[in-house]
Amino acid sequence: MTTLTERPPATEPTRRSKPHTARREENRTGLALVSPTFLIVLVVVVLPILWTVVLAFQSVRLVDIQSQGLWGHWTLRNLERVFSSPGFWSSLWTTVVYTVGSTLGSILVGLVAALALRRPFRGRALVRGAMLLPYVAPVVAVAFVWQVLLSPDLGVVNHWGLNVFGWDRPIPFLTQRSYDVLGVPVPMALFTVITFETWRYFPFAFLFLLARLQAVPAVLEEAAVVDGTTPWQRFRFILLPQLMPVIALLSVLRFIMTFNKFDDVYLLTGGGAGTDVVAVRVYRFLTARFDVGLASAQAVVLAAVLIVLLGLYFRLWGRRAQEEES
Amino acid sequence: MSRAAFQEKFFGVMRWVVIAVLVVATIFPFYYMLLLSVKPIDNLLLDPGRIWVSVSEFTVDSYRQVLTSVEDGGQGFLTMLRNSALVSIGAVVLTLLVAIPGAYAVSRLRFTGRREVSALFLGVYLFPATLLAVPLFVMFAKAGLQGSLVGLVIVYIAQTVPVAIYMLRNYFATVPVSVEEAAALDGCSRLTIIRRIVLPLAAPSVMATGLYVFMIAWNEFLFALLFLAAEPTHWTVSLGLQQLANGVEVPKTVLMAGSVVLTLPVVLMFYAAERMLTEGLTSGADKS
Repeated sequence: MTTLTERPPATEPTRRSKPHTARREENRTGLALVSPTFLIVLVVVVLPILWTVVLAFQSVRLVDIQSQGLWGHWTLRNLERVFSSPGFWSSLWTTVVYTVGSTLGSILVGLVAALALRRPFRGRALVRGAMLLPYVAPVVAVAFVWQVLLSPDLGVVNHWGLNVFGWDRPIPFLTQRSYDVLGVPVPMALFTVITFETWRYFPFAFLFLLARLQAVPAVLEEAAVVDGTTPWQRFRFILLPQLMPVIALLSVLRFIMTFNKFDDVYLLTGGGAGTDVVAVRVYRFLTARFDVGLASAQAVVLAAVLIVLLGLYFRLWGRRAQEEES
Repeated sequence: MSRAAFQEKFFGVMRWVVIAVLVVATIFPFYYMLLLSVKPIDNLLLDPGRIWVSVSEFTVDSYRQVLTSVEDGGQGFLTMLRNSALVSIGAVVLTLLVAIPGAYAVSRLRFTGRREVSALFLGVYLFPATLLAVPLFVMFAKAGLQGSLVGLVIVYIAQTVPVAIYMLRNYFATVPVSVEEAAALDGCSRLTIIRRIVLPLAAPSVMATGLYVFMIAWNEFLFALLFLAAEPTHWTVSLGLQQLANGVEVPKTVLMAGSVVLTLPVVLMFYAAERMLTEGLTSGADKS
């Protein structure tokens, strides 16, 4: 591109060949510059993923892997064992509930936060900085703080609950599977983990939504104010349509991230009390039994479910977007 | 009162309620972490509801215990801080080294397969770590990289390169082509242009990207747990803290001191980067 600017007076054929070589040079440079990244991604991401798929169809434990070649016995036994193992289906269901709950929660809180912080006020920069803390802090540290906060014997939440709100006994937020709220059983630990995830990731949604909100032209709303609309109507009919594409993108991103999430749940509950998400199961199969084949099969199933769910989402969403257009 | 006026008032009040609730919800856990880390454990057990610390009970014993080396009866977090720093800085340097030319190529140059490569880099960002964990675990066990910090750095590059490419690509796109063309007229080669023109112009953004990579590497837990658990001298702070919590009879105050030690560097850096990022964006090069 850049060499085009320098064009010496030349005869007809050379003028035609000049852009041609410039183009070829650009192509070569581009490929050369991109190749280190490509190599890294290939070696540390793409090949390992392909290998996982291969391992899923082999019966391998960590001890045999030294002797076994890449093309060992192919078998469907791992997949069979995954599907028939006790707890697989409930674990998958837990993962789905956890993911949907956390995704919705973080986007909703992020949206409310963005709307509240939209107009400037004294100290807004400080407040915005504070909002980002949960997202920035290391997961290990925040998970432990939550554990202590919610602990039944020395946590401040239960202490206040007992003394200020008049609870009869401390609530074991992270260790109790189910808790009766007004006679309705609530999956307590799962609910707490979803709340944690909402808390940790609402800043992510908040950042995206705030940026988009600030790009909405002021004229639109001014006109609506003149027309005597209520704030809710302005949100519903002016802001929300503008935010929809960002919300859709956030939903997909958060869904994918949360679906594969390992550390948050592992650190908070260790996968106990009804929070046994698939990612934690993969880890357990790998480290407790060194059953590489089974762990791979489980991971592959998880990825497959994710792909199916995303496919469904895009199908439904794509259709709705088309309907709205027409 | 009309409906519009009522709503105007209602949302006006709600806005401040929401802001107050959010500020408390985001800050309180960190305040609590800090508070417990400077309290004697006995006082905490006596009155868990008290959320302040009096001057007379204030203590730095928890920090002393966390930071003292293992030989001297402490938890040896200084070594772990060093390990975390080494791994994170290594990841930053290598990631930037690889990602800068890649991002430049993707954002500026037309080459065969540009679109596919670009999609792959983004797609990688979405691949689940669990799918990578198994083969990398096996590969590292085979290559003898298990328990080594070098192995961890390699994994972290793979985790951060896609994010870095994504961020840098956006920044490079804001560098005006006209400046590059002028440099090309002066006879600069492509690499010289990147080094002398694009990088200085995008320097704040490159710094911001680097800090983001640092944060990812510093905060990472799964791969550290998988690769280093058996090698206490190589533990990162995240892993060390988790192992400490698993141990028997470690007071919660010590755990919180460890959490502060883990959190502080990354939070300080983040606020430094936030400022730099806004400065970099406001002092844009192309104001014509």
